[in-house]
Amino acid sequence: MSKPLQLLQSTILSKVVMAATGVILILFVLGHMLGNLQIFIGQDQFNDYAEKLQSLGPGLWAIRLFLLLCVVLHIITSLYLKKLNSDARPVQYVYQNTVQATLASRTMLISGLMIFFFVVYHLLHFTIGTIEPSTFKGTIVDYAGRPDVYSMVIYGFQNIFISASYLIAMVLLGFHLIHAVPSMFQTLGINHPKCNPLIHGLGPVLSVIIVVGYISIPIAILAGFVTLPKGVM
Amino acid sequence: MKLTLHIWRQKNVHDQGRMVTYKLDDVSPDMSFLEMLDVLNEELISKREDPVAFEHDCREGICGCCSLTVDGIAHGPERATTVCQLHMRHYSDGDEIYIEPFRARAFPVIKDLVVDRGSFERVIQSGGFISARTGSAPDANSIPIGKDEAETAFDAAACIGCGACVAACKNSSAMLFVAAKVSHLGNLPQGQVERQERVLNMVAKMDEEGFGGCTNYYECEAVCPKQIPVKFIAQMNRDYLKAVATSD
Amino acid sequence: MNLDAKIPSGPIAEKWDKHRFDIKLINPANKRKYKVIIVGTGLAGGSAAATLAELGYQVEAFFYQDSARRAHSIAAQGGINAAKNYQNDGDSVYRLFYDTVKGGDYRSREANVYRLSQVSASIIDQCVAQGVPFAREYGGYLDNRSFGGAQVSRTFYARGQTGQQLLLGAYSSLSRQVGLGNVRMHPRTEMHDLIVIDGKARGIVTRNLVTGKVESHIADSVILATGGYGNVFYLSTNAIGCNVTAAYRAYKRGAAFANPCFTQIHPTCIPVAGDHQSKLTLMSESLRNDGRIWVPKSADDKRAPNDIPESDRDYYLERKYPSFGNLTPRDIASRSAKQVCDEGRGIGHTGYGVYLDFKDAINRLGKDKIEERYGNLFEMYERITGENPYEVPMRIYPASHYTMGGLWVDYNLMSTIPGLHVLGEANFSDHGANRLGASALMQGLADGYFVIPYTLGHYYAAEGKPEPIDTDHPECKRVEAEVNEKLNKLLSINGNRTAVSIHRELGNIMWEHCGMARNEAGLMKALERIPELRQEFWENVNITGENEDYNIALERAGRVADFLEFSELMVRDALERKESCGGHFREEYQTEEGEAVRNDDDYCHVSAWEFKGVDTPPVMHKEPLVYENVKLTTRSYK
Repeated sequence: MSKPLQLLQSTILSKVVMAATGVILILFVLGHMLGNLQIFIGQDQFNDYAEKLQSLGPGLWAIRLFLLLCVVLHIITSLYLKKLNSDARPVQYVYQNTVQATLASRTMLISGLMIFFFVVYHLLHFTIGTIEPSTFKGTIVDYAGRPDVYSMVIYGFQNIFISASYLIAMVLLGFHLIHAVPSMFQTLGINHPKCNPLIHGLGPVLSVIIVVGYISIPIAILAGFVTLPKGVM
Repeated sequence: MKLTLHIWRQKNVHDQGRMVTYKLDDVSPDMSFLEMLDVLNEELISKREDPVAFEHDCREGICGCCSLTVDGIAHGPERATTVCQLHMRHYSDGDEIYIEPFRARAFPVIKDLVVDRGSFERVIQSGGFISARTGSAPDANSIPIGKDEAETAFDAAACIGCGACVAACKNSSAMLFVAAKVSHLGNLPQGQVERQERVLNMVAKMDEEGFGGCTNYYECEAVCPKQIPVKFIAQMNRDYLKAVATSD
Repeated sequence: MNLDAKIPSGPIAEKWDKHRFDIKLINPANKRKYKVIIVGTGLAGGSAAATLAELGYQVEAFFYQDSARRAHSIAAQGGINAAKNYQNDGDSVYRLFYDTVKGGDYRSREANVYRLSQVSASIIDQCVAQGVPFAREYGGYLDNRSFGGAQVSRTFYARGQTGQQLLLGAYSSLSRQVGLGNVRMHPRTEMHDLIVIDGKARGIVTRNLVTGKVESHIADSVILATGGYGNVFYLSTNAIGCNVTAAYRAYKRGAAFANPCFTQIHPTCIPVAGDHQSKLTLMSESLRNDGRIWVPKSADDKRAPNDIPESDRDYYLERKYPSFGNLTPRDIASRSAKQVCDEGRGIGHTGYGVYLDFKDAINRLGKDKIEERYGNLFEMYERITGENPYEVPMRIYPASHYTMGGLWVDYNLMSTIPGLHVLGEANFSDHGANRLGASALMQGLADGYFVIPYTLGHYYAAEGKPEPIDTDHPECKRVEAEVNEKLNKLLSINGNRTAVSIHRELGNIMWEHCGMARNEAGLMKALERIPELRQEFWENVNITGENEDYNIALERAGRVADFLEFSELMVRDALERKESCGGHFREEYQTEEGEAVRNDDDYCHVSAWEFKGVDTPPVMHKEPLVYENVKLTTRSYK
């Protein structure tokens, strides 16, 4: 086996892959959130933003492929590590106990997989349009003839079940990140008494920001703060 | 006090093993946990039954022999305490206690509660040293070492190699042990020459021995009888990355 | 029996240099043709194994633990002495030599002690190079502390875990050699006998503690570094597994056993709490730097310690020995504790204890400073006793800790069996009748790093490569058969008492009659009781299971069987030595004030015993001790 491949099998470098892809995915999640929050400004702004993204063309596809690669690497590596870790403990304790490991840290694989399934669902919903084809962005257009992403989102979230699934998924993501963020720093070897309080604080703070940021949209729609543009039924 | 003990019994490495329940009627609160097991063994021998094999030697918390998981916690409920230093005053009449060996693929059970920690030996042999041939050393005071540096190195060097970190980790990861050894030498000026090679070799050996990876549960830190902090794992990760990036 | 110590001629300061020049060398290319067996991997055995492998010899190391780094050297807390004079307080090689000879109450061999002092400085250099994290001052230079029996600060330390750090140092060097393929390790393997062929030590017979397999191992010489026999008292600060078996079996094969009655009772241990007790825990002697030892003045004073006013306390060491105070050597501090307890002034529910009080030190230096110095010891004390020593004075009592006696060795550390070398606590040579604190680590490492690497080569060069043999040699088969026979006998007794209970009873006899104070009547009584107990053992011991197993009952019984024979030798030696010196205090030989009275006219010698049969008294040979440099005086620490 070639040396780089051999090195990638090391537990530490596998973890580094997890951390590095994790950083990229968190940055994406933050950027995506900032984009989505523009829905509060109004239909014009939101659809304009969506159109600009679409107009990137091959650039958009490059970003999508890159993100897909990160997701795949993140998942494959985690499954590889899971296998390694299960093999390392063939016989379990009869009496199971923990002292300080958090629930979040012990359920990373579960929360991660559930987030993955959510992402698939989310793509089917808002990117590919198989969940609600009648209100999909290509089907409806706004006054300026742009795909009406704004209305699509509102139609979607007016369904209480869809909103609930997004809500749960975002809480899971927050839960995942509470452990993921400080863990990332630890794996990358960033640890200093002066930055440690910051690092340990960053997990919960980032989680709260992301969860609140994302779920504010379905909640606002359900509560009627964000409504369909006039003239649309 | 009266106690009920559930103890893992396994004849040898090939045996399946199972939990067996014993009752002890007269346990004094002044006894250490291992003295309580001594009493059980004396009773078993008197009844011509096979005594429970468990590892122990110094019984003062420094040799690192003792290796019991008590109620699911390596070395038992007291923080910063090896199980040989755990005293029965922390238990009360009628308690049930589960006693199991340290669990890991890299620590196969030899008998009952005794495991083979030879994997740790091989990790050390792969690089846990400074190559200083006897007789080649310069005067001890020719290398001044800052008090803080020396203290940090000591915090890592305090590791007794008991394996509780592995036993406590859900992945049976040996990261805390290896990190302690790597950081002890890596924090001293004498250890710089071989620093990169050391971390590369020791981590490779650690993986080869079948320990799991670190998922930052930090259970290892919680059970470590010498309270070795997980910051040394971060340091080892850093050293390792640097070594991977710069070695040929 | 020939007890030629082979001490080099010339002035004491030049003996070792001269000897190193005079001894024969082995060509580097030829070293790999020689194989050495090392039993025990503590400071002495571990450092010897590493160093001999570095030189190119083939090394096979045997130890009963699962890892070489678990040997009991690891438990040494306080420190290691070295004549570095980093403190500029007047230390020198000569002063360390002088203090050690005086501390040993003039029963050690001058030339050996001088060499020990000479190489002490190199030990510190070596350990620092290996990465031992000794305590440092703010400027980055090494710190020292003072220890009992010395008026200079020459003790290097690594918190309260000096032994651990030094052992990890030696172990790391050893591990490096194992990784390089120069040392073969035999963990969980116990030596059961010595193979002597043509009068030379050629190998050992071992039992694998996991599989029970008995087998022979052959080499060109054998080194024993198997520690001391303090567990003869059952309760001691030694690890549970420490035993006399290897040394005693070598004695039975013809190695002389020297000064077995010289045992050290350490003054600062945690007192016994009850019958279930399996071992005693040492509290480092360094605590005596800042702690003050006292008992109530009156035997009836049963108040809590903090309620007893200064005027009703007797700081007996400071009163009796004003110049050394709480830092008197160990034997004196222990005996003084026994005296006050015998007077009925002992504290705690057993009446066997004295207070070690840090109140004044905490007031003077602050709690933080005390915590920095002794934090881990205080925690350990609290874990064991449930009492907080920052608030309530510690309770301490003496306990068996170290044995100065051991197999007789010459200047080259070779026993009376050619090819059998003995290092560390297992030999007798450097500490006389009492060892000073922080000198055991020094001696173990001196023997392993800086003495045996020279003298072993000399043995090989002088003797020439012995005739090659293998484990099919009739002598190997004969000894293996003997070992198997003994194991089978043990397993077939099927009696009613456990080996541990018999060991405990032996310990009581020894502590009572051959402990801190001895007298003829008591020793005679012990001499009666021990053979009876031994007989009971061989008729009534109950060992479950079989040999081909990880059999902890059998393992323990084998060790107890040897203690039951060895203890008799120890008592005989104590009986024969009609004087009080160091750790050996015969009540018949004391001043009116209770101080030891040495008899230099009749007992300024090493008593080396030759085995003649289990039920036949051994024969004593004398090696006269010649003092050319130190004048014999009455030790005074007043």
